[in-house]
Amino acid sequence: MHAKPPKIDMTPMVDLFFLLLIFFILTATFRPQEAVMVDTPSSISNTTTPEKHIITLMISKDNLVFFNVDNGVDTSEHLRGKILQAVGQQYQIKFTPAEIKRFETMNSFSMPMDKLKDWINESDSKVRDAMHSGMPLDSIDNQLLMWIRYSRQYYPEFEVAIKGDRDADFKKVKRVIDILQDNNVNKFNLTTNLESVDISLDNL
Amino acid sequence: MAEIIANEGGGKQKGKKRSKRHSTHIDMTPMVDLACLLLTFFMLTTAFSKAKVMEIVLPEKTPKDQEQDAPEVDKDRALNIILVKDNKVLWYNGLADPTKPPLPTLNETDFSDEGIRRVVLQRNKDLFIQIEEMNKGIVEGTLKIPKDSVSARRKKMMTEDRKGPVILIKAADEVKYHNVVDIIDEMAICNVARYALVDINSVEKKMVADYLAGKASGAASLK
Repeated sequence: MHAKPPKIDMTPMVDLFFLLLIFFILTATFRPQEAVMVDTPSSISNTTTPEKHIITLMISKDNLVFFNVDNGVDTSEHLRGKILQAVGQQYQIKFTPAEIKRFETMNSFSMPMDKLKDWINESDSKVRDAMHSGMPLDSIDNQLLMWIRYSRQYYPEFEVAIKGDRDADFKKVKRVIDILQDNNVNKFNLTTNLESVDISLDNL
Repeated sequence: MAEIIANEGGGKQKGKKRSKRHSTHIDMTPMVDLACLLLTFFMLTTAFSKAKVMEIVLPEKTPKDQEQDAPEVDKDRALNIILVKDNKVLWYNGLADPTKPPLPTLNETDFSDEGIRRVVLQRNKDLFIQIEEMNKGIVEGTLKIPKDSVSARRKKMMTEDRKGPVILIKAADEVKYHNVVDIIDEMAICNVARYALVDINSVEKKMVADYLAGKASGAASLK
C-alpha cells in the first residue's frame, strides 16, 4: 500500500496572491505611448519626478522639441483643455468642444499651432506620429513660450521637466532653458536614468 | 503518438471516475499559475517605471539692457571646464584674461573615471573626504544624526568650505546634451560645493579653436 501523498492546503496562499494581484493591477499606472523614443542620459540623482502638475519638454534625437502638460491631480479642472483654448485664442484658432476633449487625453506634440487641429483630428496613430514637424521657438514666432506662459497662467506652480535625448544638441536644450527663464522658470528637473558610481580616493 | 493517446484516454477515465465521486473539485493549478505570473509582472513593472530626475537651479536672468558683470571668482579657486565636441573635455586653472597674458594652457581629458573626475576630486579632496566620512559614520552608526538633518549638514559643510574649487562649466558648440548632464553629475559625485553653468566667452572660444588647430597640425606633422 502506498502512503498517502502529503497534501498542502494552498488556499490561503492563493488568496494572498489574488489580493496582491488586485492591488498591483489597481495601483499600476500605464504610461501612455510617447510620440518619440527618448534615450535619457544617466546620473546618480535619486529624486523622483512629481506625478502631476508637470510640464514635460522632450528634446528628441533629431532636435525636435516636444511639449506636454498634464491635466493636474484634479482632472475635473481640465487644465489641458483650458490651455489649448487660451493658446488657440492667441493664434485665432477656435477648437470645437470635441477637439478639446480629445486633446485632453492626448500626449506630447511638436508642431506649429496651425497644424495642431489636424493632429488632434487624425485617428491613425501612425500618421499622427509622423506629423511632428517641430515646435517653432525662434524669436519671431516663439510658440513654445506661449504654451509655457499660458500653462503657468492656469496653474503657476507647474514644475518643468526637461527630458532630453543623450544625443540631442546642447544648443537646443540651452535654447529651451532660455525660453523657460524668460518665463521666470529657474528650477528644472532633468530626467535621467539612475546609475551607480563607486569612487575611491586610493588612486589620487 | 499511441502512447500519448493512451495516456490521455487513461486520464479521462480517471477524471471521469473522480468526477463521479466528488464533482465539485476543480483543478486550480493553471489559474494559480496565471495569477502568479501576472502578479510578478505587475510587481516588476510598477517598481521600474518611476523616472529619476536631476534638479538644477539657474540664476535669474538679468534684463538685457543691464550690464552684466562677469561673476567674481577667486583666481586661485577657479577651475574652468570647457566641453567640446566628440566627448572631449578641456580644462584650465585660473581665469583667462586677455589683458593679463599669458593665457592659461588648456589640458585635455575625457569623461572617464580617470579623466575629469580625477581632476575635480583632486581639487575638491578636503570637502569630499569630509562628506564621505559623515556618510560612512551614518552607515556604520558611529555618527548619530537625524535623517532629515543629513542634507542640511551637508549643505552647511558645502557653504563653509573655503578651499574647494569654483568650477565654471562652459559648453562649446556641437556639444551633446549628455555631455552636459554628465559633467553636472560629476559635480554631484565629487560633492563640489560651487559650480556654475556659464556661457563660453570669446577669449575661450579662441583658445579652444587654437588648441584644436594646434593638435590637428601636430597630428599632421607626425604623419
